[in-house]
Amino acid sequence: MAALLDTAIDRASLFEFLLRMGDNALVLGHRVSEWCGHAPVLEEDIALANTALDLIGQTQLWLGLAGEVEGQGRSADNLAYLRDAHEFRNLLLVELPNGDFGRTLMRQFLFDAWHLPMLKALAASSDPRVAEIAAKAVKEVAYHVERSADLVIRLGDGTEESHARMQAALDELWPYTGEMFLSDAADEAVAAAGIAPAPASLREGWRDTVAAVLAEATLKEPAGAYAHKGGRSGRHTEHLGYILAEMQFLQRAYPGSTW
Amino acid sequence: MYAQMVRTDSDGVKSLDEMSPQERAFQERIDRGEKIEPKEWMPEAYRKTLVRQIGQHAHSEIVGQLPEGNWITRAPTLERKAILLAKVQDEAGHGLYLYCAAETLGVSRDELLDKLHSGKMKYSSIFNYPTLNWADIGAIGWLVDGAAIMNQVPLQRTSYGPYSRAMIRICKEESFHQRQGYDIMMKMARGTPAQKAMAQDALNRFWYPSLMMFGPSDKDSVHSAQSMAWKIKINTNDELRQKFVDQTVPQAEFIGLTIPDDKLAWNEEKGGYDFSEPDWSEFYEVIAGNGPCNRERLGARVKAWEDGAWFRDGLLAHARKKEGRRAAA
Repeated sequence: MAALLDTAIDRASLFEFLLRMGDNALVLGHRVSEWCGHAPVLEEDIALANTALDLIGQTQLWLGLAGEVEGQGRSADNLAYLRDAHEFRNLLLVELPNGDFGRTLMRQFLFDAWHLPMLKALAASSDPRVAEIAAKAVKEVAYHVERSADLVIRLGDGTEESHARMQAALDELWPYTGEMFLSDAADEAVAAAGIAPAPASLREGWRDTVAAVLAEATLKEPAGAYAHKGGRSGRHTEHLGYILAEMQFLQRAYPGSTW
Repeated sequence: MYAQMVRTDSDGVKSLDEMSPQERAFQERIDRGEKIEPKEWMPEAYRKTLVRQIGQHAHSEIVGQLPEGNWITRAPTLERKAILLAKVQDEAGHGLYLYCAAETLGVSRDELLDKLHSGKMKYSSIFNYPTLNWADIGAIGWLVDGAAIMNQVPLQRTSYGPYSRAMIRICKEESFHQRQGYDIMMKMARGTPAQKAMAQDALNRFWYPSLMMFGPSDKDSVHSAQSMAWKIKINTNDELRQKFVDQTVPQAEFIGLTIPDDKLAWNEEKGGYDFSEPDWSEFYEVIAGNGPCNRERLGARVKAWEDGAWFRDGLLAHARKKEGRRAAA
């Protein structure tokens, strides 16, 4: 690994990869935190705040390491608060609006079902710094997927209305799942270095997890194979700009302040 | 204080001689400092008063998520965001313990929520004020949680066992909340001129509403005596308010902020500060529903509950199906 980082191109690939991990956690954490105080039942308020808290904690670690790898003196906060939308590298899936509580849960499940195997693979990364972060995050995310899968099952196989809402959420979000498994040169470089798994290698496991949960939830996997993409290379939906306008407000309006 | 103006279900304090033998035995246990536990006999008025007080406290915790939740998505650093999320999560957790404590008195969480949503039960008046700048999050931790602690620390010794135990857990977390609030204020007060102005503005707006949290002055507080005899209220409103002012003034001075009260002065003789009373007409307006955010706060809770009906129904239906399948197998 050390030899690999000696070349600038590989450092750029690793930086790119770390931004993708950190930005997924940051943007999803932001979306989840929007529910604070508005969830359908008190236990869900607690669980959502807890999920958001885990994700923001992971953001600090991924973006902290990204700044270190980049070597330009940028901190996790600098990266979170002072980049514009085109510099963000998260999946489109995580920036989509919350919708109803069913859509929020379905988005969480589809993401968690990818996030967990990704982190498990990263825990064996050739880069010990990556492995260390993943080993911490994997414990949190194992709980996230347990909870989101359980709720998808219960609501899918609940009332007619809860079933219809969960199916609608799945149909809406499905075209945003394919992006998780696409590769570019940065992915290939980190995979070749044994830092991260090739994205496509996670597809089968994800499909198995999702198929089993959907079957138990009596939900039907959507037929279309079309995948929206662009988030991982900085081409986002219109929604991300508003997330950043809100999230970055204080840092932008009062630059250089200590908080 | 998260429970204000809780009506005590009593016509005045009876002397031991006026009590029935059962009431007398009950009062003597309280006087000895024993805890009353859920299955034990208690006067109906004691039970009802406690339900009101604990319920109001629980409602305050969950409505209290909203003014702080207003800044989670705009917290200025990742660390501040994480701390605020943890704090709001604690508050939802406090709501949960308190609803559970109320359940031991024979009232369900759903019944209490119905009363909140229909306006029959209140939550603390403080949460009807808006959070307008980031320093308000500091002011809430420092002043609002500070005032809540003032009341809740003595309530750890309250006579009702489950309430006392809930208070012990809650107080541990509240002192962390207060410290993080003061830390935000300190950073702001010692920051740029714009940050200092935000901090002062937050203090100006939250000072009197915080003093109101202790409830009306003792001379206007009609139901306190019985609650104090039952040890479900430990100190009077004015005692706690004085203690709060005495604690807070030096903290404000230390970070260079000014308490918005021209009459504030140290009184050597009483060993405490003289200070201006809040505008009680404003307090009664807020209690009556005319605070700046009453409609929004209650509206947000009602909307969350109504929008979530399908979710709760779905979970129940699934549990029934599962039970049915188990029975059939």
